[in-house]
Amino acid sequence: VDIALFGQYLVNGLMLGLMYGLVAVGFTLFFGVLDVIKFSHGDVLTVGAFTGFATYLALKATVTIPWLQLVIVSVAAILAMAVLGALIARFLVLPLRSAPALNTLLITLMLGTVLRESVRLFFPDGSNPKPFPALLPNTAFAFGHFNLRVDSMILLAAGLMMIVAVHLVINKTKLGLAIRAVAQDGETARTMGINFTFVILVTFAIGSGVAAFAGVMNGLYYNEINFGMGLLLGVFGFSAAVVGGLGNIYGAILGGFLFAALQTIGAVALPFASAYKDVFALAVIIAIMTWRPTGLIAEKSSERV
Amino acid sequence: MTPVPSQVPAIACVAAATLYGIAFLGAESQLAVGALLALAAAAIPLAARTGALDKVRDSISANQKTFDGAAIAGVLAAATFLHQEHFAILMMTTAMLLMVAALGLTVQFGFAGVVNFAGAAFLGIGCYTAAVVTKYTALPSWLTLPAGGLVAALIGSILILPVLRTRGHYAALVTIAFGILFKTFLEVNDTLGGPQGIQVKPIILFGWNFNRPIRIGDFVASFYFSYLLLALALLAVSFAFVRRLERSWIGLSLDAIRLDEVASACYGLDVARWKVLAFTLGNFLAGCAGAVYGHVLGFIAPNNFTFGDSLILVSIILLGGIGNVWGVTVAAAFVVILPEKLQIIQEYRFALYALLVIFILLYRPEGLLPRPLRDYLPGRKASAP
Repeated sequence: VDIALFGQYLVNGLMLGLMYGLVAVGFTLFFGVLDVIKFSHGDVLTVGAFTGFATYLALKATVTIPWLQLVIVSVAAILAMAVLGALIARFLVLPLRSAPALNTLLITLMLGTVLRESVRLFFPDGSNPKPFPALLPNTAFAFGHFNLRVDSMILLAAGLMMIVAVHLVINKTKLGLAIRAVAQDGETARTMGINFTFVILVTFAIGSGVAAFAGVMNGLYYNEINFGMGLLLGVFGFSAAVVGGLGNIYGAILGGFLFAALQTIGAVALPFASAYKDVFALAVIIAIMTWRPTGLIAEKSSERV
Repeated sequence: MTPVPSQVPAIACVAAATLYGIAFLGAESQLAVGALLALAAAAIPLAARTGALDKVRDSISANQKTFDGAAIAGVLAAATFLHQEHFAILMMTTAMLLMVAALGLTVQFGFAGVVNFAGAAFLGIGCYTAAVVTKYTALPSWLTLPAGGLVAALIGSILILPVLRTRGHYAALVTIAFGILFKTFLEVNDTLGGPQGIQVKPIILFGWNFNRPIRIGDFVASFYFSYLLLALALLAVSFAFVRRLERSWIGLSLDAIRLDEVASACYGLDVARWKVLAFTLGNFLAGCAGAVYGHVLGFIAPNNFTFGDSLILVSIILLGGIGNVWGVTVAAAFVVILPEKLQIIQEYRFALYALLVIFILLYRPEGLLPRPLRDYLPGRKASAP
């Protein structure tokens, strides 16, 4: 294999893995605290990317420094989606806590449709792909034939920092302790004086904010966003979370990279795969789910009769 | 013994529904459509308050055969009345075909509790089978109907193992992945027409081309009329079949498995066997409906079978009340015809139905028309809660 091509695939695969991992972190956090799957997660990512894009359009005239624009765009997207995530938890997920799990699944699936369609219908010319601005420096270092782009490096570093930040919040803060307590046993956590509802809302806010970050990352990397981008990212992110074992943050990130690796290798190794790469990846998901129905690192649960 | 309720309310209900359907399908202006909707919105609560609705319900459950016959006669009467209106006939045909697909989904989702979020994909398999059979083979074109069903059941059998081994959200993920896989596959496969789509040739039965208008003396019907009759026949057969299934011991086993898998396994039910049966049967029905739908449309493209369309099928099931066959039928008609007539909502239909389902799940989780308890003795109200 040509070294330049290899480098290109490596960067591409790492980027994909990071994005899947960031989406998967959300799935795994929500499942950890409430045992629910929020299928609208991918569409929250889309709305986050479009919020960032709208913020950029609003700022374009007044703020002209690219890095400042980038910071404002990211912060706006993350904050807006954190609020949206908390609202979803408060008004759609928590009220259905005593209903069958299927209802939560359905309501979040339908919410995903509402979000996706709202972007398509209400964002100006929303049914067409939008060019996301290139806010990062576009210089590149040449290693032989391989161009190492600075913006890709910054994105990878930022994604890793995001993961480290989530890790620190969950493991080193008092809030993280509360989240872990609720994840372990909601009832007991309550009797210990933890504000259950608050912790749930914050967890959903964190997960959704991370998804918004992934959405902005996606826009910056591909320089294009569209209303349907979250659907596939959501499915891959959920698969990554499942493969890594739901409720396990490191598993989710590992799952993300694993999936990206499979997809990249599939695209390179299989002769017919370049056009069929999504078909291949989806078929792999179905196959893995059949082989290990609750993921490679199995979900720790006993059948409660 | 309470006296057997008379047949009159049931027949009157069908007659009213037929007249309403004719008026609604034939309504030209948006104002008329709006007025008719307002009329229905006012009439149904009024009927419920005056007790007329209960009378109708008792009468229907006591005289099911009469009611079924009247319903078929009602569809035929409406179709005859509107026989020259291509669009109205097309809408009726589409609604009936989606009813068949929704019945298939009811067997999976409502009876056996097997989730399937790829309903549109199985409908699409039927459509594409019809296209491939008429384009690439010399098989008689009427064979597409069973072929569509069989191919859908066959492709569905790939999913049997994943669906059996997973449950809950994991099973949902598998079917969602399959639905997206199907559409992506169609988009990149050139033999199947790629993103542009593929043409489906008409059904030719005993030398009769279904796309030709029916002429009997002065009676000249729309070129969709033959398909309407075919769709009605398919719907009547599937409906009778699904209701028989529900009333039989198979339906009972399926219900038991949905309600408690572990308990029914303890009582000796073969959970895997019944789930496979329900899943395959549902896909077969969707595939049959899809084959006819393909012929009706004449030209199909991957965009007809998106994830959103699958969710619309799921919305039909939820709006009708999970497992309620009559409810599903009414909901399918509502979901198909409303956006076509009320053009302001056409563009918003995916979002609108999704919102509607969210509200139903929040405030009325058993659906608009909850599934009634089985009554094995017609006319007798079940007293158990």
